[in-house]
Amino acid sequence: MGRFHRHDDGTVHEHDDEHPSDRATGTSESEHGDHSAYETARERVQVLERIFDENDRTAALNRSAFLDNGICAVNLMSSPGAGKTTLLRETLARLTPTVRVGVVEGDIETAIDADRLAGFGASISLVNTGAGFGGECHLDAPMVRSALARLPLADLELVLIENVGNLVCPAEFDVGAFAGAMVYSVTDGEDKPLKYPVMFRAVELVVINKIDLLPHLDYDLAAFRTNLAAVNPAAATIEMSARTGDGVDAWCDWLIAHMAEIRQGRPPARDQALDGSSR
Amino acid sequence: MHELSICGSIADIVRRHAADRQVETIHVQVGQLRQIVPDTLVYCWSLVSAETGLSGSVLAVESVRARITCHACGSTTEIDEFPVLRCGTCGGADVAVVAGDEFMITSLELAEV
Repeated sequence: MGRFHRHDDGTVHEHDDEHPSDRATGTSESEHGDHSAYETARERVQVLERIFDENDRTAALNRSAFLDNGICAVNLMSSPGAGKTTLLRETLARLTPTVRVGVVEGDIETAIDADRLAGFGASISLVNTGAGFGGECHLDAPMVRSALARLPLADLELVLIENVGNLVCPAEFDVGAFAGAMVYSVTDGEDKPLKYPVMFRAVELVVINKIDLLPHLDYDLAAFRTNLAAVNPAAATIEMSARTGDGVDAWCDWLIAHMAEIRQGRPPARDQALDGSSR
Repeated sequence: MHELSICGSIADIVRRHAADRQVETIHVQVGQLRQIVPDTLVYCWSLVSAETGLSGSVLAVESVRARITCHACGSTTEIDEFPVLRCGTCGGADVAVVAGDEFMITSLELAEV
């Protein structure tokens, strides 16, 4: 149950959370609800329900499933073609001899990426997101949950979630991962952090991929770093060429460090920066 | 785009609150830091609600401006359109979002019974 209370303007209503603006200014200025018309309450039903609540509840279940099994889960996001699958191949080649890895592979229509990852001894669960109108552009928590049911969680230490290639939608959906990482390609251009700030804020790590192409491009790496720092000053970066293998060991070290944190019981961070209480 | 699947979530919430009454307007708050395009959301709602019990209902989208507070100096800044979240007083980047990431259904307007 929420709590009823009265505003200065005489309106009365009920909800569970506090009014931040009430505390700050003593007014009933709209902060999380429309307070304009409660006198016609017979026709107006107050809802105050966050639209991502159901997704976030499922994400919490995923997080618990990972933690209960001591698994570090990383949500890997990027634009299409930035090199997520190539990086995953290189990662599996280095880690699967010693680390038990599961992969959740999101793709709109095909199993091409899952086929590229076969043969390394990792458990792969494909999520085909093509069921909706023209396919989903992201993985959400229920999709990941159904994919997890096909992974031997009790036998795994690391789950890499390869999200759908897209710089917008995946950033909006918490899937229950321990950390978010982004594969950014220098061919995407220096301005991308300013154009897709939600994505760049949603991750702890930005892999700067395809640096082997730098001699052939008019690309200003310092300008990219300035733009990234402007939207996410806390983001770590690794310069990489997944093709030549340059920087892949540093990425694997980052994963291993996060696995150690899980084993040591560090409480999981959300994989999204926008986890405000008003969501 | 993700607006389409989001409209499915909206429909579930609306049906639960409206019971079987006819819904005229759904009031939705969208913070400016959300990558939800209001026009796209309204268009997708018309697709998702068509030929269902929610057909003809209208999404009324209220945009909420982003505000941050600075951990260094404590002041509050209202963010304009530029995506950089930086304190307007001291320029600090260690800030907390206090408004602008909302995405919720605030209320429904139901037809007279």
